[in-house]
Order: sequence, then structure tokens, then C-alpha cells
Amino acid sequence: MGATLGSGSIRMRRLGRGAGALGGFVVVTALTFLGLLAITFFIGRVVPIDPVLAVVGDRASQAQYDTARAAMGLDRPLAVQFLSYVGEVLRGDLGHSITTNRPVADDLARVFPATLELATLGILIGVVLGVPMGVWAAARQGSWIDQAIRVFALLGYSIPAFWLGLVGLAIFYAGLGWVAGPGRVDIYYDGLVPVHTGLLLVDSAIAGNWTVFFNALDHLALPATILGFFSLAYIARMTRSFMLDQLGQEYITTARVKGVPEWRVIWVHAFKPIRVPLITVIGLSYAGLLEGSVMIETVFSWPGIGNYLTQALLNADMSAVLGATLVIGSVFILINKLSDVLYRVLDPRSRQ
Amino acid sequence: MTARDWLLDDSPASRLQANLGRAWRMGTTLLRNPLAVVGAAIILGLILTAAFAPWIAPETPFGQDLANRLQPPSPQHWMGTDELGRDIFSRVVYGSRITLMIVSLVAVISAPLGLIVGAVAGYFGGWPDRLLMGVTDVFLSMPKLILALAFVAALGPGIENAIIAIAITAWPAYARIARAETMTFRNSEFISAVRLLGASHGRIIFRHVLPLCTSSMIVRVTLDMAGIILTAAGLGFLGLGAQPPMPEWGAMISRGRSFILDQWWVATMPGFAIILVSLGFSLLGDGLRDVLDPKQAGER
Repeated sequence: MGATLGSGSIRMRRLGRGAGALGGFVVVTALTFLGLLAITFFIGRVVPIDPVLAVVGDRASQAQYDTARAAMGLDRPLAVQFLSYVGEVLRGDLGHSITTNRPVADDLARVFPATLELATLGILIGVVLGVPMGVWAAARQGSWIDQAIRVFALLGYSIPAFWLGLVGLAIFYAGLGWVAGPGRVDIYYDGLVPVHTGLLLVDSAIAGNWTVFFNALDHLALPATILGFFSLAYIARMTRSFMLDQLGQEYITTARVKGVPEWRVIWVHAFKPIRVPLITVIGLSYAGLLEGSVMIETVFSWPGIGNYLTQALLNADMSAVLGATLVIGSVFILINKLSDVLYRVLDPRSRQ
Repeated sequence: MTARDWLLDDSPASRLQANLGRAWRMGTTLLRNPLAVVGAAIILGLILTAAFAPWIAPETPFGQDLANRLQPPSPQHWMGTDELGRDIFSRVVYGSRITLMIVSLVAVISAPLGLIVGAVAGYFGGWPDRLLMGVTDVFLSMPKLILALAFVAALGPGIENAIIAIAITAWPAYARIARAETMTFRNSEFISAVRLLGASHGRIIFRHVLPLCTSSMIVRVTLDMAGIILTAAGLGFLGLGAQPPMPEWGAMISRGRSFILDQWWVATMPGFAIILVSLGFSLLGDGLRDVLDPKQAGER
């Protein structure tokens, strides 16, 4: 960049790059979303041996069979079927659930806030505990604290979430009575607060009903802590490795030689540059929690999207399964690509 | 000249000597990492348990004994008995065979698939690269567990379909790695030399490109094993993987779910087996990465 460029044009350039990154982001996300649609279409209409038979049963006459086949649009070429499927999804039509007898899109809109509330509290726990643990482990590299944190983080990759949920319920709910049991709220508080956001903590705070608020918090505590543990494992591990990269650099030695206090070296000098990659890690971890909540919700009877998905699976309710897959997949892709683009915008090195 | 000197010779006389020497050096480096040794021991234990299950297990995994149902852990049944009076320890021991089968089959299906896709994309570049990597990226940005669940839902529950579903979600990561590796030596002189000798693209890819990708592939597959075990157990837990009465660990936890408050051991014991084996693969994978693939050490 030459000296002839004024600061205004530099700003223009930066804006241009931001717009370029944004354009690329939109194209890539749209293509990935189309890929996701292709996969769910493939799973829904190509993999099952005969979707018509699943609807009419194997005792239907040939004429009934043909009518149903035409009514489902399965006599059209596959490409046409795919295009009309994409059109339906874009119009927000995800089909009809045979279990709840309602449109899948409505069902999903109703259950999604429960998952969002759980995953958000989980990621908060993961960040608040995971980042300091990773920094601490890196600052004491090789010590027993470092080893202990490493093994603790590795356990996050090795413990089945549903098992931890069951054991947690047995110990903290049945054994010690510290937390409330399965479900979002005790049955007699159910439906007491008017629904604004679907997030029970927010809704009860708006209504000023603190009994419900603390009851909901009591129910959230265990599943959110367990989800938080899994994001903590990943965040602590990545933070440690980012910090080790920084602490090995010469500018850290320079700062130490200059007599900068050690806490300042770690939390200011070394921590500042890793904030950007950490945002990506946290984003990915958040997306991972939406996925991880499937198992946790099943164990805790949490009325979220994961529980909806597994119930639909057990009832062979394919529209509901594919609708939930589509929504979780879309949110996952969106967070994934957003943290990607955020990284590119925030990190000066990746702008070239 | 001792065997050790022969192995560590700086100018090996044959390809065999060079390979053995390399294996020896890596083995000794690995042995210096205590956590990796623990991991290797756990995996060795898993393989031996699976191989000698009938001799290790005191009872058969299917033998019911309704008079002794839901017995707490005791010297006779040191993991207790389940709701049909079956010895849980015996079932966990036999379950190691199912776990070993799942991870091996997933690795055998997905690693070569990813390897070939990645090597072809990286070797040819241009539009094949863009097409193959586009597909790979779509799969990579998809949540794995959800995708596996949807595939099993369409294919129908069962252990074979669970293996297929997990393999479908596992290959893209390997394709990415194989492509990155291939790109680094695509234009190197030894590839040009083989090409000048008249070797076909297929021969170059299979004989000269793929062997160089294997070490990072082994590391990645080992690290992924823990995730594969957890996914398989999760599918079993949801009733979509191995079906009862198969002693699959996830399915066993699912059966014990109704007894978790009073007979905690039914659901808890198989969980310890899952944790131990997953931890073993993670520790071994970490150690292998430090030895085979120092470039990406510390990341995951």
C-alpha cells in the first residue's frame, strides 16, 4: 500500500473487502444450503424403498397406489420433484407431521426456543469456565495443573452425553436433591407466564413471576451444565493451544524482559491476539451444542427440537425428521459460515 | 552389529530396513509419551477382550436368570445383573466385539473413500477439485450426528445401517486432509519424474500419492474413533443402532434408563466401558499425532 493513498481510500478498500467477504459469504452459504436440501431430499424421497407404500400400506390396490403416487407428485422426474421441494421449503412449508397432526414448521417454531435457551446457557458456562482454564493450563505448561486440565478436556471427547445426563439425574436430582428433575418447569407452573419469546427465563422475567423464573433455572441447571461441560472441553483445549503459540513468540520474551508483570503478559499481551480465533471456536462450539442437545433433551424430556426429532424418529414421522434436520442443519451452517466471515473481517492477516 | 544398530542405520540397504527403522524410531518416541502408552494399552486391552471374550466373561451374554434379576454388584456379578438377570460384566465384555466391529468397519469404509476423493481432487486441481471439494464442504458444514440420525431414519434401524450412516458422515474430513497433503507435493520433482516415465494418472495416485497421505490419515482416524464410538452408542441408545438382545453398550444404557434411580448399575456400567475405550483412542491419537504429524500438533 503506497504512501499516496489517503486514509479515506484505505477505509474504502476495507469496506470493499468487507463487502467482498459478505458477498462470498452469501454465495457460499446459499450453495451449502442447497447442498443440505439435496441431502434431505435424497434421504426423504430416494433412500426409502417406497415412500408411497409407507403411506397407503401394502394392501392397497394398484389403482389406489397410482393415485397416491400421483398425489404425492412422485410420478414426475426427480429434478422437477427436487425443484418443487426447494420451492416448498423456501415458502416455509415443511410438510405435515403425522404424530402431532400439525404443520412441521409450526411445531419447530414452538419447540426451538427451548433448545435455544438450553444451548445458550450451555455456551455461557463453557466460555466462562473454558477460556480461563485453557489460559491457566497454557501459563503452567507441563505442570500437574496443565495435565489435569488436559485430561479433563479429553474426557469431554470421551463421555457419552446421554450417559452423563442419566448419571447426573441419579446423583444430583434423585440422590442429593440439589436440582429439579426432567422437563422445563414443574408441572403446576406450566403455562403460567404468557409466551413472548418462548425463552422461559425471559418470559417469566417480563411477567415478573420470579417463582417460575427460579423454578425454570432449577430445571435448566443440570442439562445446561452438562452441555456446558462439552463446550468447555473443546474451548479449553483450543484456548490452551492458541495461548501456547503466543507464549512461544519473541514479543512475549521482550515484554517479560521489560519487566511487565506476568498477569499482564498473559492476559493482555498474549490474550489479545487470540481473541479472534477464539470467536470462531466459540461459534463452532455453539453450533455443536445445538446438535449435542439432541441427546441431552432426550434424557431430560426437554421439550426442544432434539426431543422433537427423536420422537419423530421413533414414530417414523419422516416429514418431521427431515424438517428438524433441515432447521438444525441450517442454523449449524449459518453459525459456521458467520464465524468464518467474522474471522476474515476481524483478522488483519487473512485480509490479503 | 546389533539389531538396534541395523534398525537405526543412516543409510539403509533395503526398503525393508528403512521402513523397519522408521517404525522403530516412531515406536520408541511413542513409548516416551506416558499418556500415549496408556492409550495404546487400553486399545490393546479392547482387542484382546474382544478376541478372548468367551474365556474372559464368566457367563454368556444372553443367559437369563430371572431369579437373580437386578442384583447389585457383588463378588459373583461384580457389575451386577440386569432386568433379565443377565450378568452385566459378561455383556460388557461381549459388547467390546460390537464396538470393535463398528469402529473398524467405519474406518475401512470412510478412510479409503475420503483418501481417494481428496487425492483425486488435489492431484488434478481445476474443476474436479472444485466439484469434489464443494460436495465435501457441504457434508463438512453439516451436523454429523443429525445427518447420521436422518440417514438411519430413512434406512431403518439396525447396526449395519448405523455403520453406513456414520461412515457417510465421516469421510469428508479425510478428503480435506488428503487433498491438503496432495497439494503440497503435486508439483514436486518425483511426481514429474514418474509422469515422464509414462506412468498413468491412476498409477501415480495409487502408488505415489496415496502412500504419502497415510500417516496423517492414521492420526486423524485414530482421533476420530472416540467420536465414532460415541455416535454409535448414541444411535444404540435411541434404539436406532444395534437392536436388543445384542450387548451393545449404548443399547444397554438405554435399557437401564428406567432403573437409573434405584438400580443405578444397569445403566452406569456400560458407560464406563464407552468412556475407557474412547479415552484410549483419544490418548493414542494425541500421541501418534506428535510422532507422525508434528505440523498439526496441538490443534484439533
